[in-house]
Amino acid sequence: MNTDGMNTASMPRPRLLPYPSPVARPFWDATRRHELVMQWCDTCRYHVFYPRATCPRCGRTELSWRSVSGSGRIYTYTVARRATHRAFAERVPYVVAIVELDEGPHLTTEIVGTDPNTVKIGARVIVEFEDHADISVPVFRPLITERVE
Amino acid sequence: MRSSLRGAAALVGLAETAPVRDTGDHTDLSLAAEVATAAVNDAGLDLTEVDGLLTHPMGVVSRLVPSTVAEALGLRLSYADSVDLGGATAVGMVWRAAAAVLSGMCSICLCVTAVPRPADATALGGPSRRTTDRSPAREFEVPYGNVGATEGYAMIAQRYEHEFGCTAGQRAKIAVQQRENAARHPHAFFRGKPLTAEEVLGSEMIADPLRKLEMVLPTGGASAVVVTRRQIAARLTQSPVLVLGAGEAITHKSITYAPQLTTSAIRASADRAFEMAGIGREQVNVASVYDCYTITALMTLEDAGFCAKGEGAAFVDEHDLRWSGDFPVNTNGGQLSFGQADVVGGMSHVTESVLQLQARAPGRQVEGAEIAFVNGNGGIMSEQSSVILAVGG
Repeated sequence: MNTDGMNTASMPRPRLLPYPSPVARPFWDATRRHELVMQWCDTCRYHVFYPRATCPRCGRTELSWRSVSGSGRIYTYTVARRATHRAFAERVPYVVAIVELDEGPHLTTEIVGTDPNTVKIGARVIVEFEDHADISVPVFRPLITERVE
Repeated sequence: MRSSLRGAAALVGLAETAPVRDTGDHTDLSLAAEVATAAVNDAGLDLTEVDGLLTHPMGVVSRLVPSTVAEALGLRLSYADSVDLGGATAVGMVWRAAAAVLSGMCSICLCVTAVPRPADATALGGPSRRTTDRSPAREFEVPYGNVGATEGYAMIAQRYEHEFGCTAGQRAKIAVQQRENAARHPHAFFRGKPLTAEEVLGSEMIADPLRKLEMVLPTGGASAVVVTRRQIAARLTQSPVLVLGAGEAITHKSITYAPQLTTSAIRASADRAFEMAGIGREQVNVASVYDCYTITALMTLEDAGFCAKGEGAAFVDEHDLRWSGDFPVNTNGGQLSFGQADVVGGMSHVTESVLQLQARAPGRQVEGAEIAFVNGNGGIMSEQSSVILAVGG
């Protein structure tokens, strides 16, 4: 059992899984390999997320894909104590958070592997990948070694 | 440059149903018909004189809602549109109607919001529209259980507490004082059900830090207003309420990508509205601000410029927000205590402001109310539409 109390050999608890959009294919191919990648705009010199057709700052279509570390901090979070959709009823209470990656971009995710009541803004987290049958979803786990002010 | 919109149009009639948990056999169209007819009659007009129509996406049909509603009501239109700004829809309709009548594309513009609620409605059902959601939010937010609005507002409240130190008690005061206002409105859902801060703070935690009594109860209902040119307004039944200023701002849909979490686009929409109106914040007599959650109302008062950034909680501490107080806010109880029938909730801020300025708010009348600030907020502090209304001459 991992700290979640889950048998790691079994399927994860259900989610409303993503329908990968064509432009985001490389993102979901990478998560299947347990890697995190994001689009990069060479003109603006920043990561574009979520994946899309054009850079939201300059509009150019020539965006490349780069690996990101998967390391970041919790920018904000909440503990959902009542399911907003029956697909998540088993997960309650669960932590929804916006993580700020070290490289800068924000993404929404779930914080796993910790008591929801101990989550703090500013806590360091690292990505891990939840493998479902056809898609792997990135989630984030707090680094227990770091003390948060 | 002085906008030609300033004072060009007026709200001249209104109607709203009492928010209820079960609208029974009502459909979008039957609710729309009821309030449309009543609003037009309130103005001293009849439906044959309506030549402009604003609706919103409705469940009745996936597309072509304006013509569907027009046909049901027997309208002959020279202008129609659907406004799709979430909670900001109704306020957004007001200035769009004003612009339409100013332009001459129509003379009498009806703004209708209508959302039925069947008895078996549940929050767990998921999307109710007949569309297939393949948006970025579906792909990158929904998989984490970030469905609906509560988690997003909770994350905003959490970050606001972290940056500015607002307490649950300060947020609770908004809910408590608005409940006192609701006691004075005949149709408020929570009329006759007083609320204490202890009850708010003891209510079930839904998504940290927001508790059940800090968020709206979903209801069903409808509401409509009629807008016309100032010159026509002068000849009608009710005292005209002028649209003095309007502003709108959108920077994001999901807060994941918001430029800032603790300063919203309300700052821009309110600045634009006050600039068009040519008045200062101190001239506002009554505020009606979208309050899907306590934190929404608190941040709106701050971002709208009634206090400095980060001072919203202190502002709530220092002011009496009741209809009889020194800074009346949401004198009908706000959506928190009046009820929220989906986008109709946004219209309740418009109708209550008009009633105050027309001196038609008995039992909760703000003495000498001449200027109202109204804010419509959509999504997760996303779409923002602000208007400033004034007693017309």
